[in-house]
Amino acid sequence: MFDSLSSRFEGIFKRLKGRGVLRDADVDEVLQEIRLALLEADVNLHVVGSLQARIRDRCVGVEVHEALNPAQQVIKIIHTELVQTLGGETLEIVHPAKPPTVVLLAGLQGSGKTTNAAKLASWFKQQGRNPMLVGADLQRPAAVEQLRTLGQAIGVPVFSEPSEPVAVAHKGLVEARAANSDVVICDTAGRLAVDAELMEQVVEISAAIEPHYTFLVVDAMTGQDAVATAEVFHATLELDGVILTKVDGDARGGAVLSIKEVVGRPIAFSSTGEKIDEFELFHPDRVANRILGMGDTLTLIERAEQVYEEAEAKAAASKLLEGQFTLEDFRDQMHQLKKMGSLQNLVGMLPGASAELRNAEIEDSRIAQVEAIICSMTPQERATPRIIDGSRRQRIAVGAGTRPAEVSQLLRQFSEMQKMMKRLGNKPSSASKKKSKKRHRGSRVTPSGSQPSKLGQPSKFGKSKLVLPGLEDEDFDLSSLR
Amino acid sequence: MSNQRRPFTGFLSSLVSRGVDDATWDELYETLILADAGVSSTAALLERLKQRAKEARVKDAEGLIALLKSQIASDLGGCQDGTALSTNGAPAVWLFVGVNGVGKTTTIGKLAARYRQSGCRVVLAAGDTFRAAAVEQLGMWADLAGVELVKGAGGADPSSVVFDAIQHAAAIGADLVMADTAGRIHNRINLMEELAKIRRVADKAAGTVAEVLLVMDASTGQNGLVQAREFTHTAGLTGVVLTKLDGSAKGGIVIAINDELDIPIKLVGLGEGVGDLAEFNPQEFVEGLVA
Repeated sequence: MFDSLSSRFEGIFKRLKGRGVLRDADVDEVLQEIRLALLEADVNLHVVGSLQARIRDRCVGVEVHEALNPAQQVIKIIHTELVQTLGGETLEIVHPAKPPTVVLLAGLQGSGKTTNAAKLASWFKQQGRNPMLVGADLQRPAAVEQLRTLGQAIGVPVFSEPSEPVAVAHKGLVEARAANSDVVICDTAGRLAVDAELMEQVVEISAAIEPHYTFLVVDAMTGQDAVATAEVFHATLELDGVILTKVDGDARGGAVLSIKEVVGRPIAFSSTGEKIDEFELFHPDRVANRILGMGDTLTLIERAEQVYEEAEAKAAASKLLEGQFTLEDFRDQMHQLKKMGSLQNLVGMLPGASAELRNAEIEDSRIAQVEAIICSMTPQERATPRIIDGSRRQRIAVGAGTRPAEVSQLLRQFSEMQKMMKRLGNKPSSASKKKSKKRHRGSRVTPSGSQPSKLGQPSKFGKSKLVLPGLEDEDFDLSSLR
Repeated sequence: MSNQRRPFTGFLSSLVSRGVDDATWDELYETLILADAGVSSTAALLERLKQRAKEARVKDAEGLIALLKSQIASDLGGCQDGTALSTNGAPAVWLFVGVNGVGKTTTIGKLAARYRQSGCRVVLAAGDTFRAAAVEQLGMWADLAGVELVKGAGGADPSSVVFDAIQHAAAIGADLVMADTAGRIHNRINLMEELAKIRRVADKAAGTVAEVLLVMDASTGQNGLVQAREFTHTAGLTGVVLTKLDGSAKGGIVIAINDELDIPIKLVGLGEGVGDLAEFNPQEFVEGLVA
C-alpha cells in the first residue's frame, strides 16, 4: 500500500543525488515535491503542513556536512520525521491481573470491524489466550451471522442475542466470565462520527463493559476525512489504538500518518488480506522504512518463522551447502514459501525491490506449475535429474499438463541453482554479494531464544541487501543511511 | 438529500463578503483538497476558475464560490442519464461491484425495495459467495423488499449464481436482476479475473446487462480513481454509486473520476434506512462539497 509513496520519493531522491551541495532552493523544491506526494497519498492537508514545517526546520538546523551527500542527509531527515510521526513504539497488549481483557471495536460502516474482530480473536488465540467474541452489531442485517460463521471457522465462541446492543455487550461480558474466557472482543455496529445518537450508544456500550482497549477500525483507503472521524471517535471513546484494514490494496495509506499525528495513539494492528491470518502487529519503524523504499524484511522474517520449522530449515540449509539439494527439497521449500502468503505480498516486503517489481503481478499459479512438474517425476528422477532424457521429459510434461520446454527450463534453472549453492558451500568467504544471499537464507529462521528487540534494528538485515537477479536498483541504495 | 445541504458552514462563510486575494485562492484550494478532490483535479479546476472569473469580472469571494460551484456541477451533470432499465423485454441486469465494505449489498437492498414499490418484478442474485453471511444479509433485504433471491450452495461459483438468477428472471418474466458481488480489492489479479468472468457470463445469459455500477464509499481518498480505472477495465462500468454521503466525508474523489474516466455518478447513499438512497444531484452535491 505504501509502494506508490516510496516510488514517488525515489524519484525525488534520484534527482537530489546528482547534486553536490544542497542549496536553499533545493530544499524548497524537495519540500514542494514531498507536499504533493503526501497529498496524493491522502495525508491530511493540515498534517502535511506540519510535517513539511518540521522537515524544513530539521534541514535548516543541520550543518551541511562536507563528508555527507546532501541527498542522504535529507532522506535521513525525512525518515526520522516519518518514524516519529508514525509513532515511536509498537503497542503492547498488557493483560489485567483479573481477566478477562476487554476489547471494544468501533468505526465507520464497512471499515472491517466484524472481520477484524475475528482476526483479533484468532491472534489472541495464537498467543495462547481463550477469547470470546461478542456481536453487538444488531443494526446491519446478518452482521451477527457473519461473526458466528467466522467464530466457528477459528474455533472461538460467539455470544449475541437479538435484544439491544448495550445489553448484549454487558451480557457478553458476564457470559465470558462464566465461560472462563480471558479475552472478550466486542464488535459494534458501524456508525458515522456525525450521528450523535449512535455515538451516544457506543459510549453506553463502552460504559457497560469498561474496555481495557478501545480500537478504532480504519480503512487504509480513507481520504482526508480520516482525521475528522478519528478525532470524533477519540473525543468520544478515548481510543487506545487503531486497526488499519485493507492494507493489501494499493492505496498509499496516508490516512495512517494523519490519524497518528492527530490522535496520538498508536496504530496497533494492520490487516493485510482477506484471510483470517493476514493480520499483524503494526510496526511504525518498518512502515517508515517501507515508505522510503527500504522494504519490510522484518515482517517477512517473522512470517517465515511462523510457518517454517526450524529443524526442517536447518536440514535444508545444510543440504544446500553440501550440494545435495534435490528437486524434492526444492519442492518442499516452495511449499513453505506458499504457506507464507501470496508472492505479491512477500515481494512488497523485500528491501531493494524496485517499484517495477513491487507493482508487477506475480501469479501464484507459476509455483503450482513447478510443483506439478516435480510431482510428475519419479523419485529416481527427482534425486538424479540428469537421467531425464527426451522421452522422460515428454512424459513429465504430459503429467504436469505443460510443455517439454517448461520442464527443460526448470531443470536448467535448478542445475544453475545447485551449482551456485555448491560454490557457496565450498567457499565460505566468497564475494560479498553471494555472501549476502547466503545470510538471507540462514536468517529465515532466527535461532531459538533470540530477542525480538534485536530484530527491531533493521541494520542487522539491512546491510545485506537482497539482490534478485536482474532487479538491482543501483540508483537507489539507502544502506549508506545507517 | 438534506444532509448534503450544508451551505457555508465552513470557514468559507467567513470570506463570502470579502474581495478576492491570494488567501481566497488558498482557501478554495484547501477546501477542495480536504474534500478529496485530489491535487491535479483541484489545480485544473482552479486554473479554469481563474480564467472564467477574469472573463466574468468576478470581484468578490461570494461570486467566485458561486462560479466554482456551477463549474463543478455542470462538469458532473454533463453526462447524466439516470439508471437504465431494459427496453427489449428481457430482464435488465445490474451488476454491483467495488472494494470491500463500500455498501454493495445495502445499496441493492434499498434499490430492490424502491423498484418493487414502483411495480417492477425484481430478482436478486447473491453473487457474494465469499464473505461470511453475505448471502444472509442480502436475503434479509430481499425479504424486507418482498423480492426473490437466487443463491447458490455455499462457496459456489459466483458467475453461475448470477447466470442462474438471470435465467430464472427471464423465465418468470422479471424486469430487473440486481447482482451482488464479493468485495474485491482491485489489485488482486485473481479476484478481478473472477469479476471479468461474472461479466462475461452475465452477458451470455437471457438478459441485458444494462448497468455495471461501481459502489464507492464517500470517504475514499485518491485510491478511488485507481479503483474506478481498474473496475472499468475489468467489468466496463456504466456509473458510480457514492455511498455514506451522510457522514462528514465529501466524496470529492468523484470529481477526479468523472474528469478522467467520464463515468457518471448515478446514485448516492445517505443512510442505513431502506429509503436512504437518492438520484445523484450535482447541485446538491456541490453545496455539500464547497461548504
